[in-house]
Amino acid sequence: MDKEYVGFAALPNQLHRKSIKKGFDFTLMVAGESGLGKSTLINSLFLTNLYEDRQLPEASARLTQTLTIERRGVEIEEGGIKVKLTLVDTPGFGDSVDCSDCWLPVVRFIEEQFEQYLRDESGLNRKNIQDSRVHCCLYFISPFGRGLRPLDVAFLRAVHEKVNIIPVIGKADALMPRETQALKQKIRDQLKEEEINIYQFPDCDSDEDEDFKRQDAEMKESIPFAVVGSCEVVRDKGTRPVRGRRYSWGTVEVENPHHCDFLNLRRMLVQTHLQDLKEVTHDLLYEGYRARCLQSLARPGARDRASRSKLSRRSTTEIPLPMLPLAETEKLIREKDEELRRMQEMLEKMQAQVQQSQAQGEQSAAL
Amino acid sequence: MGKRTGFSCVWRCPGPASPAGRAPFPTGAGLFLSLPSPLPPTIPRTHGATSGLPETRTDAAMSELVPEPRPKPAVPMKPVSINTNLLGYIGIDTIIEQMRKKTMKTGFDFNIMVVGQSGLGKSTLVNTLFKSQVSRKASSWNREEKIPKTVEIKAIGHVIEEGGVKMKLTVIDTPGFGDQINNENCWEPIEKYINEQYEKFLKEEVNIARKKRIPDTRVHCCLYFISPTGHSLRPLDLEFMKHLSKVVNIIPVIAKADTMTLEEKSEFKQRVRKELEVHGIEFYPQKEFDEDLEDKTENDKIRESMPFAVVGSDKEYQVNGKRVLGRKTPWGIIEVENLHHCEFALLRDFVIRTHLQDLKEVTHNIHYETYRAKRLNDNGGLPPGEGLLGSVLPPVPATPCPTAE
Repeated sequence: MDKEYVGFAALPNQLHRKSIKKGFDFTLMVAGESGLGKSTLINSLFLTNLYEDRQLPEASARLTQTLTIERRGVEIEEGGIKVKLTLVDTPGFGDSVDCSDCWLPVVRFIEEQFEQYLRDESGLNRKNIQDSRVHCCLYFISPFGRGLRPLDVAFLRAVHEKVNIIPVIGKADALMPRETQALKQKIRDQLKEEEINIYQFPDCDSDEDEDFKRQDAEMKESIPFAVVGSCEVVRDKGTRPVRGRRYSWGTVEVENPHHCDFLNLRRMLVQTHLQDLKEVTHDLLYEGYRARCLQSLARPGARDRASRSKLSRRSTTEIPLPMLPLAETEKLIREKDEELRRMQEMLEKMQAQVQQSQAQGEQSAAL
Repeated sequence: MGKRTGFSCVWRCPGPASPAGRAPFPTGAGLFLSLPSPLPPTIPRTHGATSGLPETRTDAAMSELVPEPRPKPAVPMKPVSINTNLLGYIGIDTIIEQMRKKTMKTGFDFNIMVVGQSGLGKSTLVNTLFKSQVSRKASSWNREEKIPKTVEIKAIGHVIEEGGVKMKLTVIDTPGFGDQINNENCWEPIEKYINEQYEKFLKEEVNIARKKRIPDTRVHCCLYFISPTGHSLRPLDLEFMKHLSKVVNIIPVIAKADTMTLEEKSEFKQRVRKELEVHGIEFYPQKEFDEDLEDKTENDKIRESMPFAVVGSDKEYQVNGKRVLGRKTPWGIIEVENLHHCEFALLRDFVIRTHLQDLKEVTHNIHYETYRAKRLNDNGGLPPGEGLLGSVLPPVPATPCPTAE
C-alpha cells in the first residue's frame, strides 16, 4: 500500500478539465457618456470588432432619445478554452439635456437579471441555469472633467451595491502624466467621500513571491485605470508595429505601461480576476439581493405557511417580484409533505403486515 | 519681444510717407489671407447703419472704431487720375494716421465670453490667447471647488498693452454650464446677461446728456467649447447655439483636441458643420453679413475650417532649442502654436489679428441693433419722459426682428 501518495492532489486538474468542457460565461456591462472610447476599448480588450454595424445617432436624434440597453454576445476561444462573453451597452446614457433618473433603466436591468436567476434557482429544473447576471460594470469617467461629475456620482450610487464596478478613465491620452495622477487621486477621494463601493481586488496570498506582490500592489494603486483603446496597428519606419494611435507629435502605444493602464486592466479583468468577479457577484451581490427580496416578503407578518400562501395569491398584484417562486416552493413543500405522509402510511402498513405474519408464524409454530 | 499676441497689428496701415511698394502686411498675421490688390484708401466701413442720428452715430463710432484691420496700400505719390481729377496731393489718406493716433490714446475694449462644460480648458485657452493670466483657472484639483448649482456669470477685466496700444479685455466666464444632471435651460442666465449689456448700452444711448464714450460691456464674442467626443454635437450644444447664435457672435471651438487624430478631427468637424447647417445655426462669421465678394471668399475659407480644433497650455517646454508652449506626454510634445499639431494659431489670428474689429462691428451694428429695434417696438421699460423717443428719433424702419429662438 502506497501510504505516501493518495492522489487527491489531482483534484484541481479534474475541476479544470470539467470547467473547460463546460466553458465560461461572463457578462460585462460598459457604461458612461458617449464619446469616451468605450466601444474602442472593448474591441481592444477582446480583439474583436463587436461594434461593426453600429450606427452613431446624430445630435438631433439624441434630443429625444431615452436610454436603451443593448446586449451583444460573442464567443471567444483561446488555448482550448471557450468564453461566452455577453456585452451590455447603455447607449444614450448621459446624452440628453436632462439626464435625471437616466440610470433607472440600468438598475432595473441588473435587478431583472437577479430576479431571473432567483426564479431559476427556486425552480424545478436547475440543471441548466443560464447565468445572465451582470458580473462586472466598467464605468467610464471623462478625462476632461475635474473628477466625478454629478451624473457619475448618481449612477454609481444607484448601482454600487448591485454590480461590481471598475472605474476607468477613458481617452486617457488627453492627459499628461501629472494630470493623470491628480485626476486619479481626485476620483479616489470622491469615491471615498460619497461612500461608493467599487470592486475590491482581493489581496494576493501571503505565499506569493515578492515580485507578484509588488505587481499586485502597483495595479491596485492605478485604480481608476487610465486607458486608451485602439484596434489599429501603427507601422512606422524603424520601429516595430504596435497597436496605438498615431498623432503628429508621436504615437500612443496601447500596450505600453508608461503610456496607459490598458495592460493592467486587461490583466486584472481577464487574466486574473474573471472568476473572482463571478464569485463576488454570486456570493455577495446576488445574495444581498436575494436576502433583501425575501425579507421584504417576510415582513407582511404572516407566520404559518398556509396563510402566507393565501397572502401571496391575494396580493400578487401589490407585492412585486418573486411571489411566483415562493408559491412554487410552497407547492413543492406541500407535495413533499404529502409524499412523506404516504410513505409513512405505507411503512406502517408494511410493519403491521410483518407483525401479522410473524404472529401467524408463531401461531402455526405453536400448533 | 516675447509676448506678442498681435492686436497691435490693427495699426499697420502705412502712413502718407510710405512708398507704395512696401508690403502692407503686419508680420505674423493673417495666415490664410491672400494679398489684396492695391486699392485707394477707404474710410472705415460700417455695416449699413440703419436708424438713429447719423452724425452722432458715426462720431461715436469713429472714436471707437479702428481703421480696417486689413490694411490697403496707399495711393502712389504721383497722382494717377482714376475717376476724380486729382490735380495735386490733397492728403485725405492721412485720416488713417489721425484715427490711429486718436485710438492709441483712448485704447479700446473687447469683451469675450467663454462657455462650455467644466474641465474643457476654457480658462487655459483664454490665457494662451492673450498670453497672460487673464482668466483664473478654477485651480484644477482643489477639493473645495464645487460645481455651482446654477450657471454663474463672472466677468473679470484686465488691461493689456502692446506696441503702445491699450486694450481693456474683459473675460466673461460661465461656470456651471452643462455640469448638472438636469441642464434644462441652463443657457438662460447667459442670454439674460447678454441682453442686460445691450440694455445698459441702450439706456446710455438714449440719455439726453450722454457720455462722450459709452462704456461698452456688450459681449463681442462668445467662444463655445465643444467636447471632443468624435461622434457629433451633443443635444446641449445644439440647444445653446440655437438660442444664442441670433443674439451674440458664437465661435465654436473643439476643446482639448489632442485626443483626436487628423482623420478623426476632419470627420468630426465635417459632421459638426453639417449638423449646424441642418439646424440653421449660423456661427461667426455669418454668411448673411458678408459684404462683398472679397469678404465672402475670405470668410468662406475660414468657415470651411471651423470649428477650430485647439489645444491650450500655459507651460513652456524646450523643443529643438526653442521654448514653446505645449503639453508634454510620454509619447511626444504637443506644441500649441504648431499648425501641424493643432489650430490654435488659426483661432488666435482669426479672433485677434484679423477679425477683432469686425466682431465688435457686427455686435454693434447687427446684434445690438436687433435688440434695440425690438425694444423700441415694444416700447416697454423706458418711461416716456426719458429719451423722448417719439419726437427726437425718426421712426424705426419696420425691419423684421429676429427673435432669439
